[in-house]
Amino acid sequence: MPNFEPIVGRYFTIYVDGQPCRIYVEEAGDGIPLVCLHTAGSDARQYRHLLCDETITKNFRVIAFDMPWHGKSNPPPGFRDNEYRLTTELYKETVMTFCNAYDLVNPVIMGCSMGGRLTLHLALEQAEYFRCVIALEGADKLEPYYDLSWLHRPDVHGGEVCAAFVSAQIAPQSPDEYRWETLWHYMQGGPGIFKGDLYFYWHDGDFDDRSPRINTKNCPVYLLSGEYDSSCTPERTIDTAERITGAKTTIMEGMGHFPMSENPELFKKFIYPVLEEIRGA
Amino acid sequence: MVLNKLKDRVNGNKSLTERGKWVNLSFTFGVDNDDYLISIKNGKIIQIQKRNLATESGIFAIRAAKSTWKEHWRCIPKRDFHDIWSMLPKQLIRLDGDLLPLIQNLQFFKDLIASLRDGKD
Repeated sequence: MPNFEPIVGRYFTIYVDGQPCRIYVEEAGDGIPLVCLHTAGSDARQYRHLLCDETITKNFRVIAFDMPWHGKSNPPPGFRDNEYRLTTELYKETVMTFCNAYDLVNPVIMGCSMGGRLTLHLALEQAEYFRCVIALEGADKLEPYYDLSWLHRPDVHGGEVCAAFVSAQIAPQSPDEYRWETLWHYMQGGPGIFKGDLYFYWHDGDFDDRSPRINTKNCPVYLLSGEYDSSCTPERTIDTAERITGAKTTIMEGMGHFPMSENPELFKKFIYPVLEEIRGA
Repeated sequence: MVLNKLKDRVNGNKSLTERGKWVNLSFTFGVDNDDYLISIKNGKIIQIQKRNLATESGIFAIRAAKSTWKEHWRCIPKRDFHDIWSMLPKQLIRLDGDLLPLIQNLQFFKDLIASLRDGKD
């Protein structure tokens, strides 16, 4: 038999906004449920190193799924007739429907980039349900700095341009192997999906007006951001932390926007203490 | 001039020139107040010349301060200087002209310019 990785992948269908969505999910480990949300325009393959890390999976049941339209999850039937655009409501409904379908009890939720932003929304609105939230590269407010229409037009290759845009978000120190694996995921995204996700991350999902209402005594908040992140910069992360009383902040030196996939070894240094603290709480 | 090395480094990089094999254009590369025209044929640099006349122009322009390029070309640049697209939000770089061919071949142009990074010999 081959030397299988411990990851098990399965499909199931959830209903979001009244539409059936066939979801692909991977999981590994036992213990405290740890739901992982991928970045805009990518998929749950970003979490493969966590899913294979025994130090984590001996205490956590790591669950990473592809959002509808992403990775191996299908878009809803009739997708051809609709432009994909991720709204805050749709994103929240998708994640909560997923968690409820899984019957998870008091899970931890960790998301990166747009996933990190969403965990802040959930820390406020689902404080009783989630044990805590971990926002990787997940400031509550960003400033757009390029025209999103470049990401989806017939005279520009969508996969190439998405990867070329986000390659700026990877730290120069990150190993080439993992840099290009991270970019490969972007090269494989569906047409217009990264653009549709950024509608949430850059516009609809702004949360700086509500983040001060998060009660970290009910739902602790961990913010971890990479030094080389050009969108969720260290400064924006610190600004976010100042709005959320009790949030715990880590600036990850030598890291970019994709800590779990661009430099999995270095990420351990930052995520292990957080998970250890959660386990001991 | 540091750009003297650019032609050899780019044209000696087979992977880069292969990825740029559809690129045939001249673009303007600005260093402080000086503009240079970099002409590319089938992914290879055929000429780099200082812009002397206003009528000499590339299809698009990428301009930054000399100190910005110097930092960009360090082996491990400081954050914000490590990639042209990370310079954008900090307004360390200015783009002008018809950006379509730049965007269509963005990773190629990023890698072409970064060819001058220390340690790339």
